[in-house]
Formats: sequence, C-alpha cells, structure tokens
Amino acid sequence: MTQNQIIVSPQKGLQKNEALVDIRQMISACIQCGTCTASCPNEFAMDLTPRHLWRMVLMGQSDDIFKSKTFFLCSACYYCTLRCPRGLPLTDAMMALKQIAANRYPKEYKSSVAFYQSFIKSIRKNGRVHEVGFINHYYLLMGNPFLPLKYASLGLKLMRKGKLSLRAPKAKQGIQNLEAIFRKVESMEADL
Amino acid sequence: MNYLYYPGCSLEGTAREYDVSTRSFMAAMDANLLELEDWVCCGASAAESTSYLLSLALPAINLAIAEKMDDKGQLMVPCSACYLNLKKVSEKTKKDPALLKKINSILAKKHLDLQGSGQVRHLLDVIVKDIGPAAIRKKIKKPLSDLRIAPYYGCQCLRPYQMFDDPEKPVSMEPIIAAVGATVYPWDMGGKCCGAAHMNTKMEVGLQLVQGILEAAKDADAIVTVCPMCQMNLEGFQNKLAAKYRDDVDLTILYLPQLLGLALGLEDKQLEIELNLAITDRFKAKIDKLHR
Repeated sequence: MTQNQIIVSPQKGLQKNEALVDIRQMISACIQCGTCTASCPNEFAMDLTPRHLWRMVLMGQSDDIFKSKTFFLCSACYYCTLRCPRGLPLTDAMMALKQIAANRYPKEYKSSVAFYQSFIKSIRKNGRVHEVGFINHYYLLMGNPFLPLKYASLGLKLMRKGKLSLRAPKAKQGIQNLEAIFRKVESMEADL
Repeated sequence: MNYLYYPGCSLEGTAREYDVSTRSFMAAMDANLLELEDWVCCGASAAESTSYLLSLALPAINLAIAEKMDDKGQLMVPCSACYLNLKKVSEKTKKDPALLKKINSILAKKHLDLQGSGQVRHLLDVIVKDIGPAAIRKKIKKPLSDLRIAPYYGCQCLRPYQMFDDPEKPVSMEPIIAAVGATVYPWDMGGKCCGAAHMNTKMEVGLQLVQGILEAAKDADAIVTVCPMCQMNLEGFQNKLAAKYRDDVDLTILYLPQLLGLALGLEDKQLEIELNLAITDRFKAKIDKLHR
C-alpha cells in the first residue's frame, strides 16, 4: 500500500470507487498548470476542463466526476500526454475513467457506452468487426429512430460504392473466435 | 524488404481502397507484404474505453501471431488506430515482464505466447524511412506537377510514440509529396485531430473539428491521409458541413498510397480511387490532363 491510498481510503467516494485510486496515482504529480486544457481540441465541448477534472480526481470527488461528460469527449489525440510538463499519461487516465463509467454507469453514458459495447459484441464471435452489424446494433440500443437519419447520406454513398456488407458473418472457429479470451478477461476483471 | 502486414477491420470494409492501394504501392516498390494469418480486431477505441485487459489482450493476440510467423518480424500497419493499439502493447510488454505474464495467461486460451521480439511500424514510417523519396522518384512515370497536396497525419501515428516525425509539427510526408512532382500545400493542420469516433457518438463535436481542417485546406487540390478513420471523417461529411456552415468545402481526400500510385502510373484497379467518397471534378480533370 502506498501512502496515497492510505490517505484517501477513508473518503466515501473512493471507497465506492477503488479504481479511482489507480487514476489518482497516475496523475498525482499534476501541478494544475492547465497545459492539458490548452492543448485539448475537444475542450470547447466539455463541461469540465481537463485540468479541472484532474483536480477533482486528486480530491477523490467521484460522485461529481461521474456526472461529467468530459472524459468521453477525449478523442485520444495525445496532445496533452505529449505536452504535459510532468510527463503524466493523461490520455490513459481519460481511458481509465471511461472504463469505470462503462462498467458502473452505462445508463448515464449511454451514447458512448452503447457504441463501444456494440463494437465489442461484434468482434466476440467473429474476431473482426462487421461494420453494418455493429452500427445497426448501436442504433437499436440507442432506440432513437432519428439517429440513423443523421448518417443516411453517408450510408447511401457507402452502399452505392459496394462498401457495406449486409450479410452477417458466421461465428468463426480457431483463433478468430474470441469467446474464450473474453471469458478469461471477464473472470480476471471480476477478481480485481 | 519484407513486412508482416496487419490490414485491420476497416481495410476489409469501408477502407478497401486503402488496402488495395497499399498492397499495390508496396509491390511496385519491391516490398513484400505477408498478411498476418487469422488476425483479429485490435480493439479499436472500444476495448480501451471499456476494458483495460481486453485492450491489451486483443493487440497481443496479433503480436503473438506475428512472432509465430517471423520472430524478428516487422509488422506494418496502415491504420493509425490499429498501429497505436499494437504498438502500445508491444512497448508496454517489452518494459514490464509482469504485465507480459498476465497477458500470456489470457493468450494461453488460444495456445499463443508472446515473447516481445517483434516490431510494430506504421505504413508512413515504412514509406518515409525504408523506401524514401529517392527510390520513389526513380519509379515516377507521371509526375503530378499541377497538384497542391495538403499532408494530413492525424494523431495516433505521431503521438504518443515519436518514431519517425515531429509530433508537434510533422513534416515526414513533404519529401514524398515533392518526390512525385506535386507541391506541398502549406498549412499547420497536419497533426490536428479529426475527432476520431466522435463522428459516431458526438457528431456536432466531430463536425467542428473536421470543418477546421477542411477549411484550412480549401485551396489545395487534395488532402492525403494515412488512416481510415481520418479519411472517413474528412471525406464522408462534406455535404453535411456545407449545409451546417453555409460554406461549401468540396475537397478531394486521398490515401497517401493512392496519390503515390497515380504518379507511378499504376492501373485504376490497383488504386480503386472510384471507391473514395470525395473526389472533385476539378481533381479528376487535373489527373486526366496529367495522364494524357
């Protein structure tokens, strides 16, 4: 046990959310300079700036963190990771927040989580993603009949070019059937 | 030159022309590509957004297959997102034996074992460092002398691993573009973010990033890309942007090996430019003129 964990463990938020402790350690050297915020191409759309978010992680304010959409607005451009004067793995920390949200708050973050889960489901039996199958599954989970319309013109263009395969692939045998890999990962993550 | 080749899922579907033109260009430069047998999805941005272990396991399966085929092999990847996922696991496991052991306990389910002896390289890295402008210049049949080309690198081939270019001000494509007789369009958006998967989950944000990039390349004849996601974002939403911003940016978006292939005089079938979503009449006319 490191000193950090001892200090934060009595906090209610962190007891509820042990995984935040790991993220706190990843960014514990943050000096709140704001280089991350200044470098972020998506900052204009965020409800909290990255700098603000890191401060909240340091303070263990998990309830408020998981009300924010900031980390799902990270597009993994790695500018903040590149420029952070403390050399902190900020993009990885954003991903770690996404992972917690995907597992514990799937409803609150439905639009992102449904997208990623549809993708993951598509590769579980086939090894490779089937673009049409996964996007349709996503639309289904979102349950918004107007959502596909936003992509109708792109979809038609792709269809005309013969780039969309409508036939669902059959479940694969051998290495490409990832069921056993997924199960092993799930059992290891359940033990954490 | 021999490379193991990981096309990735997009190159089997919506980015088929990137696969075809990459294979054609590499063959024309006398480089051999050996496709990874039974490769699986790298996890894209979905695994890393939902499960840390899965985001390591999926790339590791491919790295282990690559080692089985050639234990000192160089794995060449044209998609920047696949490249970074594979590269990350390759780098992390080289530095962290405990992590490697953990990953191997997952791979054992498929009777695979990762040693960490292989290397992962982006297509652009191979083109600029192994092939180089001089070799390309020697094979030029149709110089693209009337074209102004904006090089677009995107993020993940440049950052966080600095392998072949400056991650703040990338320039590696410039000598390659000059080698095929074209002019490099001067701009500073080459390393900026296209929004990646935002176009699917937060379209308004994605559109704003893409608009900035297209707007800055307005006077170029084409933008060239080295990633299927960047390509799709830049080429697939131009109508939508024109309506939203009342500013009609109508721009040709090509994959780098397609541009190079045009100059090498490769056949239409080898480049599949008719599969691209944004090729302007202006661009077609210029190419026709050059090729007459």
